[in-house]
Amino acid sequence: MSTNLPSHEKAVPWIWLVLGFLGACALPFFITNYHVFQVSMVLTYAIALVGLNILIGYSGQISLGHGAFLAIGAYTTAILMDKADMPYWMTIPIAAAVCLVVGFLFGLPALRLEGHYLALATFALAVALPQLLKFKHLEFLTGGVQGIVIMKPEAPWETLFGLKLNSDRWLYFFTLAVTVVMFVIGWNLIRGRVGRALIAIRDQPIAAASMGINTPLYKSLAFGVSAMFTGVAGALSAILVAFVAPDSFTVFLSITLMVGMVIGGVTSLPGALYGALFIQFIPNIADQISKAAPWAIYGIMLILFMYTMPTGIAGLLRLIGQKLRPTNP
Amino acid sequence: METFIHQVVAGIATGGVYASLALALVMIYQSTHHINFAQGEIAMFATYMAWTLLNAGVSYWLAFTCTILLAFALGVLIQRIIIRPVENAPVLNIVVVFIGLLVILNSIAGWVFTYTIKSFPSPFPKEPPFGLHFISSHELGSIGVTLVLLLMLYGFFKFTPLGLAMRAAAQNPDSSRLVGIRVGWMLALGWGLAAAIGSVAGMMIAPVVFLEPNMMSGILLYAFAAALVGGIDSPGGAVLGGFIVGILENILGAYVIGTELKLSVALVLIIVVLTIKPAGLFGKVIVSRV
Repeated sequence: MSTNLPSHEKAVPWIWLVLGFLGACALPFFITNYHVFQVSMVLTYAIALVGLNILIGYSGQISLGHGAFLAIGAYTTAILMDKADMPYWMTIPIAAAVCLVVGFLFGLPALRLEGHYLALATFALAVALPQLLKFKHLEFLTGGVQGIVIMKPEAPWETLFGLKLNSDRWLYFFTLAVTVVMFVIGWNLIRGRVGRALIAIRDQPIAAASMGINTPLYKSLAFGVSAMFTGVAGALSAILVAFVAPDSFTVFLSITLMVGMVIGGVTSLPGALYGALFIQFIPNIADQISKAAPWAIYGIMLILFMYTMPTGIAGLLRLIGQKLRPTNP
Repeated sequence: METFIHQVVAGIATGGVYASLALALVMIYQSTHHINFAQGEIAMFATYMAWTLLNAGVSYWLAFTCTILLAFALGVLIQRIIIRPVENAPVLNIVVVFIGLLVILNSIAGWVFTYTIKSFPSPFPKEPPFGLHFISSHELGSIGVTLVLLLMLYGFFKFTPLGLAMRAAAQNPDSSRLVGIRVGWMLALGWGLAAAIGSVAGMMIAPVVFLEPNMMSGILLYAFAAALVGGIDSPGGAVLGGFIVGILENILGAYVIGTELKLSVALVLIIVVLTIKPAGLFGKVIVSRV
């Protein structure tokens, strides 16, 4: 990992945050239900990307297997809703806790690995998990290849401030609320003691250890917290899609998450949002450009993004911001 | 007992393919410290070229040779055109470029050659060699081809000036440049060689797994496992790792866990080996000075 990454985002003016939030609240009443669903998915990806950013961007450990944690979160929710009849909102903290523990435990052996070795171990996790989910001795729990169909939650109220609410809009607000909470947690984590410890370990592991930072603990913790964010995203996506199946969590999902993070911007919270937009909408755009080989267009876009904005969309916006305000260093 | 021997032999045969692909990964890793995620797709694409040549009526070994040359050219072109502009970018950016390359090759192969599964001929006779029961001719032939390939590479790197220059460029680019080696081109040659080795691996495994755009994804994972088990910076280790993974995969698949969880075995293997020996069985342990 390069050491010249910025350690903190510059504080965003509050006014933009408030305006953005109000815009996000108004949005579902102006677009179709399908688009509401898509934007909700963008939010869940954004949560997962914050988690990935904590691991890759801030603690410098590469993971190509976060789709696995997304799957664990989604399956936890689906199994609890399907087998234990638990209300959907209650499953999210449980999915978070399960992923935190699994991620922490996976982080322990991963401590010995660095760089490419870690990337490959996590990659293997992503490859193996769909097979485990299909495994016939676990079928009573996971539903095997068929997956689990869950009930899409209904909106608790017919209207909200006189505006009509339906299932998609309600779930959008639910997702938005969770997203805001997760972003605030992420923001505080990164700016606080934990974040500074992680950045210190990323940039100067030996110096960090000699200053009394418990390196193994923090590195595993980064894995756990990152898996927790991703697990929450997985739980939300299971509720939104109302269906989980092993084949939705292929290696390609993990790779897509990593790509989204790099394109959005490493070590940047707003970058998570840009990356999530890329994950959700660019494949559609590629499909519109060429029906025959959409992924070739997608691949060309990936390479062009990396040529033209090596620091991601967030990095590009930061550069533009600096250009526009030359007097303000 | 005979089935056991057959499983081992079949493991050696597929292990040879993993070994070749692992070697291709190690070659690029040694000179650039990048792991080429697109290696498998390059091999798949080369195998499609061979298939096209064979369908056009070219004889097998001529098509084989042409494919190796074409794959070499493809590798050199990819390095010169796509990889060179991001050579000094952060690791993550390069990984994204590799992934871009992977999906491009995969998608173009699916577009040009369609996603239907095609059978790929084996150059070796159908009946078992020398009246033996525990080995098929294709297995024996593919082991032979792998061994010849490995010997040729060993000879090339050990005894030719060009091989020496390539090793020098990989080990110490700055000093190599000072003594007049064109490091950039050595990297491109390395990519070409890796692609050529991969194409041989592709052509040897295609009769077993059938030809389709996604045929290399599982194999690439085993090759990763092989390279890691052996030590990602050790060519000899990668080759041995390939055979170990091939044999273990077959025996565990046949006797212990069944075929469903074969890929998970690769995962467990990677994690166990790396936890005990983080640099792989034959890898250099890097100690940094404070």
